Amino acid sequence: MTLLGQFCLWLALFTALWGAGAAFLGRPDTRPDLARTAIRSTYGLAAALFVAALCLWKGLLAHDFNIEYVAQYTSRNLPTSYVFAAFWAGQKGSLLFWAGILSFFGAAAQGLTSRRHAALLPYVAAVTNLVVAFFVITMLFAANPFERLLFTPEDGRGLNPQLQNPGMTIHPPMLYLGYISITIPFAFAVAALLSKKLDTGWIHAMRKWTILSWLFLSAGITLGMWWAYVELGWGGYWAWDPVENASLLPWLTMTAFLHSVMIQEKRGMLKRWNVGLIVASFLLSIFGTFITRSGIIASVHSFAQGSVGAFFLVFLVLSAVLSFALLYIRWPLLEPEGQLESMASREAAFLFNNLALVGIAFSVLWGTLFPIISEAVRGTKITVGPPFFNRVNIPLGLFLLALTGIGPLIAWRKASAQNLRRQFIAPVATGLVVLVSLLAAGIREGWALTAWALAGFVAGTVTQEFWRGIRARRRMHGESIPGALAHLVARNRRRYGGYVVHVGILTYMVAFAGMAFKVTREVTLAPGQTAELRSPYGHTYQLTHLGVSQYNQLNRFVSAASLEVKKDGVGIGRLTSEKRQHRDSFGRNTFEPSTEVAIRSDLREDLYVVYAGSVGGTDQATYALTINPLVMWVWLGGAILIAGGLMTMWPGGPMITSRRRSETQAGYEAPLVGAGLAE
Amino acid sequence: MNRRALLGGAMLGLLGTRVSGQVPVARPDSAVGDPLYRPDLVQQRAVATAADNDPVVKELEQKLKCTCGCNLDIYVCRTTDFTCQYSPALHREVVDLRAAGKNPEEVVAAFVAKYGEQILMAPPAEGFNLAGYLVPGAAVLLAGSLIGLVLLRRARDAAPEPLPSHPAGLPAPNPADQETLRRALADVQD
Repeated sequence: MTLLGQFCLWLALFTALWGAGAAFLGRPDTRPDLARTAIRSTYGLAAALFVAALCLWKGLLAHDFNIEYVAQYTSRNLPTSYVFAAFWAGQKGSLLFWAGILSFFGAAAQGLTSRRHAALLPYVAAVTNLVVAFFVITMLFAANPFERLLFTPEDGRGLNPQLQNPGMTIHPPMLYLGYISITIPFAFAVAALLSKKLDTGWIHAMRKWTILSWLFLSAGITLGMWWAYVELGWGGYWAWDPVENASLLPWLTMTAFLHSVMIQEKRGMLKRWNVGLIVASFLLSIFGTFITRSGIIASVHSFAQGSVGAFFLVFLVLSAVLSFALLYIRWPLLEPEGQLESMASREAAFLFNNLALVGIAFSVLWGTLFPIISEAVRGTKITVGPPFFNRVNIPLGLFLLALTGIGPLIAWRKASAQNLRRQFIAPVATGLVVLVSLLAAGIREGWALTAWALAGFVAGTVTQEFWRGIRARRRMHGESIPGALAHLVARNRRRYGGYVVHVGILTYMVAFAGMAFKVTREVTLAPGQTAELRSPYGHTYQLTHLGVSQYNQLNRFVSAASLEVKKDGVGIGRLTSEKRQHRDSFGRNTFEPSTEVAIRSDLREDLYVVYAGSVGGTDQATYALTINPLVMWVWLGGAILIAGGLMTMWPGGPMITSRRRSETQAGYEAPLVGAGLAE
Repeated sequence: MNRRALLGGAMLGLLGTRVSGQVPVARPDSAVGDPLYRPDLVQQRAVATAADNDPVVKELEQKLKCTCGCNLDIYVCRTTDFTCQYSPALHREVVDLRAAGKNPEEVVAAFVAKYGEQILMAPPAEGFNLAGYLVPGAAVLLAGSLIGLVLLRRARDAAPEPLPSHPAGLPAPNPADQETLRRALADVQD
């Protein structure tokens, strides 16, 4: 199997390079045969890498520990779902996953793109092939997943316990899909530059890919937060770790693009900026991978270090130089078609929205790289952690939240003072009502107050937008409120899906601000002993330690500590947190003991319990107890955001049946000038 | 009750955490439970003390990085990675310095003197580090001002094209249609 896998990698490399070469040598108008070859090569590439992936999966599931990767990341007693997911758990497998999925996306882009954009497709094939070729070269020369050992171990090392979580099967693939799919919009942008077809065609061709990529990144980041929260046991979901930051960077630039591209579509402006944003998003996705795999910056997420980092650095620099050189050469062809007419316009609001998003991306990048810069300039190592990022990014994030509410309220081109007054009254009033209510409730945390008041303002904006649309439909079509809402959304999915995304963002912000009221305590309890923990909402939890039980389970030995929980004296259930010592099939300990958190969630707060260990080898247990307010709103925000994103890219336009179309079509017939034109 | 236990109890009460029940308060390092079946397969911990929950200690530890290579602050590491040998020792250093009468600034200074500037979770806002704090905000402000200036100038220069009130060759608009259109536009300002 490894031989076949190895052969498929070489075949993939030659197919990718052949396809890219054919694309550059033959344009559709001069050598259509070569252009067709380039396009077909993407299907061959996907097939070769699919077979290579099957070979690795076969090795994993067959426990072929002679394959170094299989021995490194699995063991005989690892549950099958994690053996399957071990494909992307390590450096080498994840590179194959990346290359395979990208080849699939590359082929899908060829198959799904309208023939109207046929001139772009050979170049799109060339770019996707070259990126796949880079990953295959990296595998073949630095991180080969099919590398064999000189001996066969009796069992594998097993999977890191923190990766043995259901999230492991879905979070990394989602994030990878996000990173990987950015290559498709990038390929269309480069194809447009190469072919000089720089009208809005390339934007239409790749718009859904952009949203898809943004959706994958959003889902991957949210799932990553969830995984960190339920698995790592530190009571939070975002630590500003370099690898977390790296996933946020392309998400921010893609979000900026999704807004600024509307200005290009409606007004023919910001063409250069939009190409720049797509190129930057692609480069940032490679940069994120470089950080994870090079070990250049200390991170809890880093893969084992090797020579892979050098490959990524060279590829990153080459891609940046070539992309921006191409943009520079085509600069004169990207002249704007329109001019901004007023500062009080939606275009201006979107520009400032882009400024905030790119500004946050820059500050995150700057903070992530600042330790390296400082060491280079001063020779002093420093740490840039959460206090830095919070101080720099919270004001920018709130500015962005305000713009989320402001943008939709301002008309395109130019808004009159009367229009602005009419649009802003209700949302501003909503924000003020929220602010006054919170102050009256005794809340004095400045940032949290600002975030919640702005969230109220954004909620007011979105509600007003929906209500006005519904009212207009009711007046014009006499529809019921649910009917008007359904038709409103169905007829303008992009706009109203976008508003739903805004609701997701404000939900996130409300949840993030809640962490300002986090309560944490460490207590030691003997069986029967009770600890009390006061919630920021005023009620008190009573937690009574029941004891510690120990038993074997699957591939681990479990020590489980349980607490009976009461809220203001009323029983609400039992929480059990575990310590797990993972073992291989011969009963030998593998890895350090890991923790399983116990969480009781409701819409207001999470009671988060971690069994830290036992005192003197007895069932007297030490617990870390935490109350995390509003955490469930983070997951709700993610779900809303993704629902909104799906709405914007849902296929099809207004749902008009053929019967309705014939009923609604009215007018008069006009003979064509010159009957011959009708032929 | 000795003075430490009294102060510890008072601190726990102030923090909103109260431990009650039939079991007597244990001294750190002493255990009052039944032996575990496999004590070797679970982490051993000392009894949590008032100092572990001291808000000043917690705040200090959130500013200081654990030296185990985890990239976390001392507080998060010692309450998350229970296998870490470094964060409990660093925690004890913080507690000892506080017990020796050092104020928070002096504790931080002592850590920087011993471990170097990288012990801080965020660099002090002085000297070259100021660039770290100020560059992002300054860049956004500068870019925002430039965009604002350019937009203002362009907006001044760009005279809106006058729209023909009634294109030639088209029938006169119906007042009822115009009213419908006006109301629809008023409702949907897009």
